[in-house]
Amino acid sequence: MNTYKFMRSVRLRESACQGCINCIKYCPTQAIRVHNGKAHIIDKFCIDCGRCIRYCPHHAKIAVYDPLSVINNFKYTVALPAPSLYAQYNNLNNVDIVLNALLKLGFDDVYEVSAAAELVSEASREYIKKHADEVPFISSACPSVIRLIRVKFPSLISRLLPIKAPVEVAAEIARARAMQKTGLKPEEIGIIFISPCPSKVSYAKAPLGIEKSNIDNVVAIKDVYPLLLPHMKHDDSQLKPISCSGRIGIGWSNAGGEVGGLLVDNYLAADGIVNILRVLEELEDEKLHGLTFVELSACNGGCVGGTLTVENAYIAATKTKRLVKYQPVSRNHLADNPELKNIYWADNVEYEPVFRLGNTFKESLQMMGTVEELTARFPGLDCGSCGAPTCQTLAEDIVRGDATPNDCIYVLRSNIADLSKKIGQLAGDDGTDPELSDEDRHLLHQYICELTAELASFGVPESQRQHDRDQNSELDT
Amino acid sequence: MSEALTFNYKIDGDDFTRAGEASSSVKNKLKQLGLDSDIIRKVAIAMYEGEINMVIHADGGSITVTVSDSDITMVLADHGPGIPDIEKAMQEGYSTARPEVRSLGFGAGMGLPNMKKYTDEMHIDTVIGQGTTITMKVHI
Repeated sequence: MNTYKFMRSVRLRESACQGCINCIKYCPTQAIRVHNGKAHIIDKFCIDCGRCIRYCPHHAKIAVYDPLSVINNFKYTVALPAPSLYAQYNNLNNVDIVLNALLKLGFDDVYEVSAAAELVSEASREYIKKHADEVPFISSACPSVIRLIRVKFPSLISRLLPIKAPVEVAAEIARARAMQKTGLKPEEIGIIFISPCPSKVSYAKAPLGIEKSNIDNVVAIKDVYPLLLPHMKHDDSQLKPISCSGRIGIGWSNAGGEVGGLLVDNYLAADGIVNILRVLEELEDEKLHGLTFVELSACNGGCVGGTLTVENAYIAATKTKRLVKYQPVSRNHLADNPELKNIYWADNVEYEPVFRLGNTFKESLQMMGTVEELTARFPGLDCGSCGAPTCQTLAEDIVRGDATPNDCIYVLRSNIADLSKKIGQLAGDDGTDPELSDEDRHLLHQYICELTAELASFGVPESQRQHDRDQNSELDT
Repeated sequence: MSEALTFNYKIDGDDFTRAGEASSSVKNKLKQLGLDSDIIRKVAIAMYEGEINMVIHADGGSITVTVSDSDITMVLADHGPGIPDIEKAMQEGYSTARPEVRSLGFGAGMGLPNMKKYTDEMHIDTVIGQGTTITMKVHI
């Protein structure tokens, strides 16, 4: 099956978009433009980090995910709660309270992603030990990090830990166990991930490192969170013991949690998309030395900071720590999970040179020359009025054929000044004969109409423009 | 040679935190040109080493990078003290960096050797008391 490799789950709610430039400024991969008064996300540049969702003041950026009703599409469903789900609740001292509530909500079974995370930690420890001469490795659990490396850091692709993400491992084990238990066919079983972020939604549809994900649907923590509350019973005697993960597994929800399970000393754990971009640059430039492992999470605070969560990321992180305080270190071992056929990636992640200017080096070189010339013409204010985040990106858009120099209001202004000068000449301001021929008069009229239209339409949404045009034609008559 | 692009950078002296900005900028431009990541890596490392050397020894200078369809040429020019013994300076581990510079993790004596190692051609022009110009080429 060939899935769209630039699938994204961060979308625009056009009706809410006011055409302001907040999102284009905050997007770490410069994947958004504002044209005709509405934002547009460029698929191949977007890494699904969700930063625009956080910063859009009009809530016009949204995450798409599945509604909880998907559980009705299957004969048997297994919930895969992310460990960050636990951190949403106050005074939670026993994970089984949440897991039992999930069963009451309608799931037939539950398999904790944190249990699979402990298997990933074990496999990672082994892999790093075996490949000690190839360090540092970069964590591959956050899909946005993989997508960022895939489009921007080709030389770091080989450093990605080629191990499936905990949720994928959980899905594989959960399906195998459900089939064993029920005798149902694989497609009759729904494996449903309760996710802290939209980037896992895209992952489930178009995974990297493997061909097809075992996750059938992805629902949001923020949807499930309130529905669980009425089912949460804190009386231990009424709880079925389900939970089987320890401190390492549940700790994965926080920044620094993954390295916590690796038992290495020389690590770097960075969170927040802007911080990880800086780390990747420095790694690429070989400025960071002596590292064994690099943990990167796109969200501030780690997965607890995902855009589909409810609780403040830093409070959630503290809650996680409190929850695992008296847990055993780890409760899952690869040897006890024969259902898991292969914990390693089956496919290589390929470099996608989406930021390349042209199709060939020669073409790109020529285009870059034009970019340099254009950039020199622009004021360098990076004001965003043109709809591109910087003067440089506008220049790149122009050479790619997606924008024109007149999108820059400063270039437009100077062009208008030129026009005015010419009009002045035509009208005889410079002392020449003001007598105009019919042809000149016609030209002048056309000129002014075009100029007025261009100025009036600058930055105005298409729909609004139509309206204005109608009004203008009324005035004309 | 049909088309060539030139980029100019001014390197400030004694600001270690900013050393590497020029090589980073060149690296990102080369990526946009779709060059092989191995070539980009060589250019970035060689240029970074040169940049650091300018900051440590010469109070800054200027770098001109020219990209043609056959190679990338980096010309690093400074008005520093000059290199008294090039042969010695080319030895791995030989360094004249001050102790405070070394304490920052620089001055391991790998600068010039790395520049040589990662480029296809390297030429040093140096005059004591006047400055040094290093020309490096990486073939495409």
